[in-house]
Amino acid sequence: MSNKDAYWNKTKNHMIVTLVLWAFFSLVIFMFGSELNTMSFLGYPLAYYMTAQGSLLAFVIILFWTANKQEKIDEEHGFSEREDD
Amino acid sequence: MFKGDFIKNLPKIYGTYTGGFIVFIILMAIAEQAGVSAKNIGVMFVAFTVLIYALIGYLSRTIQVDAYYVAGRQVPTVFNGMATAADWMSGASFVALAGGVYFGGYTYMAFLVGWTGGYVLVATLMAPYLRKFGCYTVPDFIGTRYGGNLVRACAVFVLFIASFTYVTAQINATGTIASRALGIPFEAGVWVGLISILICSMLGGMRAVTWTQVAQYIVLIIAYLIPVFWISSNVGGGIFPHLMLGDEVARLGELEQQFGLVKNSAADMKAAGVPGGLKYISGTHSGVPEGGMAVWKYLSLAICMMVGTASLPHILMRYFTTPSVRAARKSVAWSLFFIFLLYSSAPMLATLSKLALMDPNLPTGIIGKSISEVQSIEWVQRWSEVKQVFIADFNGDGILQLNEWFMRGDVVVLATPEVAGLPFVISGLVFAGGMAAAMSTADGLVLAISNALSHDIYYKIIDPKADTAKRLLVARVLLVIIGAAGAYIASFRLTSILGSVAWAFDFAMSGLFFPLVLGVWWKRATRAGAIAGIVAGIASGTLYLLWVFPKFSVPIFGGVNTPFLGIDHLRFGLIGAPICLVVMVVVSLMTKEPSPAVQKMVDDTRIPTGKAILGKQH
Repeated sequence: MSNKDAYWNKTKNHMIVTLVLWAFFSLVIFMFGSELNTMSFLGYPLAYYMTAQGSLLAFVIILFWTANKQEKIDEEHGFSEREDD
Repeated sequence: MFKGDFIKNLPKIYGTYTGGFIVFIILMAIAEQAGVSAKNIGVMFVAFTVLIYALIGYLSRTIQVDAYYVAGRQVPTVFNGMATAADWMSGASFVALAGGVYFGGYTYMAFLVGWTGGYVLVATLMAPYLRKFGCYTVPDFIGTRYGGNLVRACAVFVLFIASFTYVTAQINATGTIASRALGIPFEAGVWVGLISILICSMLGGMRAVTWTQVAQYIVLIIAYLIPVFWISSNVGGGIFPHLMLGDEVARLGELEQQFGLVKNSAADMKAAGVPGGLKYISGTHSGVPEGGMAVWKYLSLAICMMVGTASLPHILMRYFTTPSVRAARKSVAWSLFFIFLLYSSAPMLATLSKLALMDPNLPTGIIGKSISEVQSIEWVQRWSEVKQVFIADFNGDGILQLNEWFMRGDVVVLATPEVAGLPFVISGLVFAGGMAAAMSTADGLVLAISNALSHDIYYKIIDPKADTAKRLLVARVLLVIIGAAGAYIASFRLTSILGSVAWAFDFAMSGLFFPLVLGVWWKRATRAGAIAGIVAGIASGTLYLLWVFPKFSVPIFGGVNTPFLGIDHLRFGLIGAPICLVVMVVVSLMTKEPSPAVQKMVDDTRIPTGKAILGKQH
């Protein structure tokens, strides 16, 4: 397998992991909205908290994490851009 | 000013600008104390900020093609994040989002998740690859990847429908805010708004829009957050409302129990003469509605908004301006961070505003008081005069019930500072913020449309030999025409017919999402597949919209149709996008696989290093 193919496989897997996390915070938890709402977080009902703030924050964290991870994959395979690019 | 070290000096320049704006707010506060009228403070806020944007637009003028289309690809990560956040957050987000949460509660907040979660799709599936490709516009990618003028024209067509649906609403919002702040008629406000928008974008294209959007973001975020924090400490919500409103949310639940959530009948509301567009609270604030259909309604709306976000050309094109692929990825993260600052504050503002009106223990509470007493409150009188609030005593007991208080959603943002007893300087600031939000989005949209028409239709299809001067002239003429057309339609207030902003997301997802994603992620996708997919997606989505939307369906399909599986007019992308996917895959597999040259192009797109597919000047 060429370096390019190996790089693309890793990138694809990383994409899938990111989208699983995304689906969890955007869709899966809201399938159980009424169950979650019986629990509380910071004094807010949990499902309310997630849709008002929690999932939004999770997306921000996912995005920084996924960008850093992808940069590592770039480096490993020698596809990292120079600073002055 | 815009040479070499301008980019290095950005933090200093915008730091000075932010400091200057804060000094201006303080000066206005002093002016208010000195007896300058509320109206004049509003005028000064809007005039001062718009003049600054115009100055930035003028200083960013350019005669270079790549500066005009992609800001010379040198916008640093964090600044591009701010510009995208301003591009993204429209006048509607600014003035209506908190109102939506106020009336819709949990169910409405599917929009919050949808309008933020979509950025994960942008970052993983689209932005870095489109940046590597080196295109000027979104149809530029589709036209080059799939090859040919027909597929390029199809992409321009979808872009046009989606963005134009959106831009009319933005110019409308600009006009509304300009007319209220400057005290001029709405029609005049629309044209004032348009001229401000054009000054910011015409001379410098994407470069000018980028640097004005950063300035607009700073104004809009200050204007949104200061009132939220201030109101919170005024009504006892704590100094950091985002983490401290648990008790307030619980208290709202108690008050809902105490007052009762009553649904008014349409006949009652008509008889009482409730003005159109005004709403009342009939659902719970934090409660989750029961049942599978309610869950599906939430999820389907979130899906449409997320997938639509990842297909909207005016957002995707912001990531063409970063210096590198890596910067494009990081920039998406920063964009969402800056959006998060406002979006996570909207539910807090809604909670505080609701509590201020509902809690009888607070001096601002009005529900449960006698109607004559409420009607003598100054802000109630002022907003009643312009038909933004309304009281209907359905049960005739002279006491204001929860279901008897009607209000337009915008009032939550525009009037809460007043209700909570903040000085007028804050209301002036909120006007400036609303104007910044509406202008920045309108700028980005008008530019997305006119760039696609000038680059993809004029230069790539009609006259490929045109020189730089001619291309930029055409781009600017088109910009003025598109802006004027948007303002012309907005000035007739046809937006209620043109429908909701959500439609732009559904149109974009029906026609663009899968052609963009598969263009990068599936080498086997062919030109015929893309054309068939775009046409089938946009046609099926549009037909379904015509069938399901009550205002259209009556004359066209002979009666009001019940939405299929709860897919109403806000969610028609759920019909268009899957059809687009299936048609695109089937037709691609039926046609010959793309040439080795095209496959190599896709391979190169996937790797951050190396030459861009399209050159610096193309």
